[in-house]
Amino acid sequence: MPALNPGLALRLLVLGLVTVLVQVSAVSQITIAGTNADLTPLVVGSVGLLCGSVVGATFGFFAGLFVDMALLQTLGLSSLVYIVCGYGAGRLRELRDPQAGATPLVVGALSTAIATIGFSIMNFLLGVDAPVSFLLLRQIIVTILLNTLIALPLYALVRRWLLPALPDDPRRRRRRAYTTGGLSPLSRA
Amino acid sequence: MYDKTVRRRRAVLALLVVSSLILLTAYFGESAGGGLHSVQRGVLEVVSPIQEGASRALKPFRDFFGWAGDTIHAKGKVKDLTKQRNVLYRQLVAERGATQENARLQNLLGLDGNNGIAAMKPITARVIGSSPTLWYATVVIDKGTSSGVRAGMPVIASDQDNGGLIGKVTNATGDAAQVTLITDHTISVSARVIADRTDDKPPRNLNASPTGIVQTEVGRPNDLVLGYTTRNDDIRPGDSIVSSGICSARLTGVYPPDLPIGTVTSVQDAGTDDQKVNVRPMVNMRRIQFVQVLSRRVNANRPTGCQR
Repeated sequence: MPALNPGLALRLLVLGLVTVLVQVSAVSQITIAGTNADLTPLVVGSVGLLCGSVVGATFGFFAGLFVDMALLQTLGLSSLVYIVCGYGAGRLRELRDPQAGATPLVVGALSTAIATIGFSIMNFLLGVDAPVSFLLLRQIIVTILLNTLIALPLYALVRRWLLPALPDDPRRRRRRAYTTGGLSPLSRA
Repeated sequence: MYDKTVRRRRAVLALLVVSSLILLTAYFGESAGGGLHSVQRGVLEVVSPIQEGASRALKPFRDFFGWAGDTIHAKGKVKDLTKQRNVLYRQLVAERGATQENARLQNLLGLDGNNGIAAMKPITARVIGSSPTLWYATVVIDKGTSSGVRAGMPVIASDQDNGGLIGKVTNATGDAAQVTLITDHTISVSARVIADRTDDKPPRNLNASPTGIVQTEVGRPNDLVLGYTTRNDDIRPGDSIVSSGICSARLTGVYPPDLPIGTVTSVQDAGTDDQKVNVRPMVNMRRIQFVQVLSRRVNANRPTGCQR
């Protein structure tokens, strides 16, 4: 689990601010099939996957808080939902350490599903009178699909931004050692 | 060492969840002027200039996606629009006679025919943010109390095709304000129906102008519902819905009369007291870039007690 060093904290802060501003100012206003993509759960999921559960959950909390502040929404609601996204993605990394290239795609889809469905459940619990209409379900599904489509490039961007501040992880160290010779079993043979 | 890591992880998670729940509870428990609400407004005050800058910088991207979407939609709309044009042309001919008659009657009664939008001192503002979820139909605009925008003021806008009432200001800070759209479940608008004059078969009273209350359902942002009509109200698809200017205790605000709201798309259980009139909003709420806040009350038919 990477420690939260000042460099990483600063990069996460900038990432959170930029994500929410781009989401609120641009992405929310681009309608595709009656709904829009939601960058925040994707970025929170990516941070969880790269930095682990504690950093993921903390990032989710503050990203949610900023979303609620910027849009004058009920404080704490988005935070609660995004904590689950960040923590879940982080635990997946810590327990399974998935190597597949499609992992960010799956994590993106799951994070969006947790965010949209969690948000709906929270609103139902808070007493918002809403029917479980076909349209609501359709919009949730379309949002998940849209987010799945952009999950991989977005993960690549987040990774590129955070990588300089992340502690050297054993997998990368191993890969670098192989490519520079020395420890490669092939070179020994 | 392992136990310490696990304990630390669980402690952080518990702390974050508890913090969220405390925020939620405190936010619900306090009034609109409470501490958390004030902090929220303060943050919006700080963030709104950045949001405005980001909104301007990202406009080309929005326009590009809008253009692509419009091109795809345009192909499918040609046939419908041709049909609609023919119907509207017939309607126009009928309306011309009614307009002339109306002008004569207005002169006769000495009414102020210039009681239009300009008289309500519209303040034009740019949309700098909008909610990404289905649960909040709100937008943030770049004008606030320093420009004369106050909570409760009605807001109009137009997309590429139509214009009309879109909501009201619910929060205002120095340089930004939150507009809650009529597609939000917390908003209700008193409205009346203007009959489609080309649809007179079977015959009906075209001047009846029934009234009701327009509301929406969460998760159905493209479908408003006109409720509180009676079984005698003959409402049909194609009829127009405009604001009535009436206020009552049941409503969340008061709006100037005759602002277009939408068009009737279907009527369920027609001819009963439970009839449900589905209305498509006149303006596509997700395509709004500029709005106008009506800052001055000009409407003699609103009673003085109606100040909400």
